[in-house]
Amino acid sequence: MSDVYAPRGLARILETAGAWLLALLWIAPLAYAVWTAFHPPEFSTRFELFAPLTLENFARAWEAAPFARYFLNTFVLVTVILACQLVLCTLAAFAFARYAFPGQTLVFALVLAQLMIMPDVLIVENYRTMGRIGILDSIPAIGLPYMASAFGIFLLRQTFKTVPRELDDAARVEGATPLQVLWRVYVPLGRPVYVAYGLVSVSYHWNNFLWPLIVTNSVEARPLTVGLQVFSSTDQGVDWSIICAATLLTAAPLLIGFLLFQRQFVQSFMRAGIK
Amino acid sequence: MTSSANRTWTHAWLMLAPSLALLALFTHWPAIATFIDSFYSTPRPRRPSRFVGMDNFEQMLTDPVFWQAMSNNFWFAVGTIPVSIALALLMAIWVNDKIAGRTLARMAFFTPTVLPMIAVANIWLFFYTPQYGLLAQVLGAFGMNSPNWLGSKDTALFAVTVVAVWKEAGFFMIFYLAALQTVSPSLAEAAALEGASRWTYFRRVQFPLLMPTTLFVLVNAVIGAFRTIDHIFVMTRGGPDNATALLLYYIYQVGFSFWDTGYAAALTVVLLALLGLIALVQYGLLERRIHYR
Repeated sequence: MSDVYAPRGLARILETAGAWLLALLWIAPLAYAVWTAFHPPEFSTRFELFAPLTLENFARAWEAAPFARYFLNTFVLVTVILACQLVLCTLAAFAFARYAFPGQTLVFALVLAQLMIMPDVLIVENYRTMGRIGILDSIPAIGLPYMASAFGIFLLRQTFKTVPRELDDAARVEGATPLQVLWRVYVPLGRPVYVAYGLVSVSYHWNNFLWPLIVTNSVEARPLTVGLQVFSSTDQGVDWSIICAATLLTAAPLLIGFLLFQRQFVQSFMRAGIK
Repeated sequence: MTSSANRTWTHAWLMLAPSLALLALFTHWPAIATFIDSFYSTPRPRRPSRFVGMDNFEQMLTDPVFWQAMSNNFWFAVGTIPVSIALALLMAIWVNDKIAGRTLARMAFFTPTVLPMIAVANIWLFFYTPQYGLLAQVLGAFGMNSPNWLGSKDTALFAVTVVAVWKEAGFFMIFYLAALQTVSPSLAEAAALEGASRWTYFRRVQFPLLMPTTLFVLVNAVIGAFRTIDHIFVMTRGGPDNATALLLYYIYQVGFSFWDTGYAAALTVVLLALLGLIALVQYGLLERRIHYR
């Protein structure tokens, strides 16, 4: 890598300072949440270096809401959505990448329409559909609208198109069925893209809020994000320590995963972004 | 020949069928149904839904909250899109250079992306709290009075816009970072030999090469400006006095607080039309980009 334009001297100091200042601003909300969650409530608005540490807030938050249930719901939701997305998107992407059939362009355009018209926008009508199917207030109702993903189909189609035809033909000459070719040749070659897509999907659905809020109304179906909102809007006065502890609990799995696999995470996002 | 072609077509359609069925059920049909519903009144227990023509849209024209939501959304978009893109570019250039603590800075910028918006909104709520909130304490240390950021009509929209910028800039940074790393170092060497300043190099080489990424990020930012509303639920609930009601939030209110589904459908049609317009513009821009290449 060439560094002819890397900043030098004063410019370097200024740029480093600028980057650090911005980074500090960007991390401030998380830093505040960590501070408040690990200190007694009286220090939630007073910052003293030697304030005593405590885990009390986490215990209180855990008792104040059925977090165990919310975690289970979110975990099931995210897993089921991802599993269905991977299967459905793989099949559809393979069909678009390796078959020529009449109407292909139109069908592909119909798929890409979902990039613009996300299910989040059609909340009223989708809510009605769930009512008609009779699955309101259930985890499948949260997941169903997202299981066919235009983003996933597009991403995998791009990847599959780069697989050399010769590999495909060789497998077919050996007598492999199309599904066997897909499973033995295409899926293994697409692994990095699967990882990237999986990360994007998990973080999106772990954090998704509006649609789950609308379609659920019981503890049995609510994911973490919706549980957290109900939790923080109780009118018992604002207890920042509990709110921060609950916030950290909600974000912890993704956050820990992100800290542990920071490099892979960022690189996967980058790879997923290259179109 | 034809029979084998038919067989491959059948294979293709079978593989597409599950995805297409779900897309039709949860994207295409609801979009069409929303359009149809927008010409019908909301069904009530004693009064079933009936065709009302343009009534819902006429109601919209005279609905001050709708116009307020449109104008809020406009200013929210004007506030978030350029600022988050500019910050993303700046961040990407900084963490692409070999500055001290590059990995930590990269991590700091990206963290908001993995945090649930609904969760971090709680923390921002504290930052904006009057009297003892973090901003009030910082301003107080400089002897300044802090306004009631979320409680005042003049500052609430600005305050929620800042949160959206904070949330999105780091995500967009990743795409710029990826693009910057594909720029060949020999371009920088050539530019340096020609005696180009760093600014000239950025303006004439780096930035033009980043144009496709900028387009991609821009489209995402525009869609985001109409979809990013999670923090409104925690921070303002559209208030005070509808100062932070964005279009999608208003649809939610009309549809699920007032249960006026006919009017909500008409509002959704407006949102869909806006997104469709964005799609057309994007298509036009991408076309030009392909010709350019």
